[in-house]
Order: sequence, then structure tokens, then C-alpha cells
Amino acid sequence: MVRVEFLGPIQKEPLEMQATSLHEVSDTLSKDEEMKRWLESCAVAVNDTLVASLDTPLKSGDKVSLLPPVCGG
Amino acid sequence: MLELYDGALDVPTILERWYAEEATSNYGAYIPFVGTVRAEDEIDGLSFDIYEPILNSWFNVWQTKAKEAGAVVKMAHSRGDVLLHESSYIAAVFSPKRRVALELIDTFVEDFKASAPIWKYDLRDGARIYAEDRSTPIKGSGLLKGDS
Repeated sequence: MVRVEFLGPIQKEPLEMQATSLHEVSDTLSKDEEMKRWLESCAVAVNDTLVASLDTPLKSGDKVSLLPPVCGG
Repeated sequence: MLELYDGALDVPTILERWYAEEATSNYGAYIPFVGTVRAEDEIDGLSFDIYEPILNSWFNVWQTKAKEAGAVVKMAHSRGDVLLHESSYIAAVFSPKRRVALELIDTFVEDFKASAPIWKYDLRDGARIYAEDRSTPIKGSGLLKGDS
């Protein structure tokens, strides 16, 4: 199982799901209507490192974080 | 050096301490940038969420870049609520000569705005409202919208 966390303004509790790559995370979250708009604008980190490919492999215990648009300062 | 505080920053104390920390480091330039909450759009203040693990790794990359230029970068930021005319952000660069510090403070603050995992909310009538229209997607965003 991987843990998916939603950061900042995304009002959603963490999810646990079976996934061996981000493709599966994408497929699962795309079925969630309230998540669709966030998927357009979120960056993704695996174990606190930003990633750029859906082919990023996942193993049990990994943490996937969704980071919506930022505005520090 | 990255410092996070609950609520508004004590700007004079932080700037004075940073100055003292580098007073004998032989830097010729100290350029601070202070971000202060302005009264606009009838807000009562701003509020911030921070994701520290990625903020720390982002800042470490900048520390390395600064070191390669012979400089030091320092940053302080608020968590939670910061009211009008209070400050939520300080960035500062120390370097041997002014040109490096002037350029570094510019590129550092711009990348901070585009990349640091911090979320801003307007405080208005007791509500905390995500400042979505003023926020920037981090580079590479949209990955999970997927291929289906």
C-alpha cells in the first residue's frame, strides 16, 4: 500500500491504495470528481522528492504528496 | 539558515541577529528583502501553510548555489496568521561584493515565489480563503491528470 497525502488547501484526508507506479495513482484519483481540478494544477512528490514522470515506480510504504499552486511570502 | 515562526516575524530582531552573525565574516554586502502584509481587498490579514520536508530540500539547494557564489542566503517565514502591516517573510543574502548579492536576492525570491511549498490564505470575516488566483503551479504540475 502507498499513502497519498493532499497538502495545503486540498481538503481531503490521506488515502491508502495499492499502486506500483504513479499511473495507478492517477487512474484512481481521476475517478474522484472533487479531485479532477486539483490534478490539473498539482505537482507530485514521492517520499518528499518532486517527480516528473508517471512511470515513477512505487513500493509499499511510499508516500505520494500532491502540492497545489503555491504562494509564499 | 531557514527559520520558521508561528505568526508574524519580529523583523528588527531577526535582521539584527543575522547582521551580528555575519559581522566578522568579511562580507561586503548584506541585502535583506522583507515581505509585509498590505491592506487591500478588505482582508484582515494572511495565513500560511508550509510543507517543511520539501521546503527544507528546496532551501538546501539554494544554500549550495549561494555557497558556490561565495555567498550566504538566509530566510525566515511565518506559519499561521499574519495581520495587516505585519511581516511574514524575510530573505537575505550576504556576499563579498554587491553584484552577487543583488542578483542572488532577485533569483532567490523569484524562485521562492514559484517553487517553495507554502500556501497563502486571505483572512476575511473570520474565514480562511485560499489565495488561488495569486498562486503559481510548481514546475511539472499536472502530472497526475494523466494519460487516461
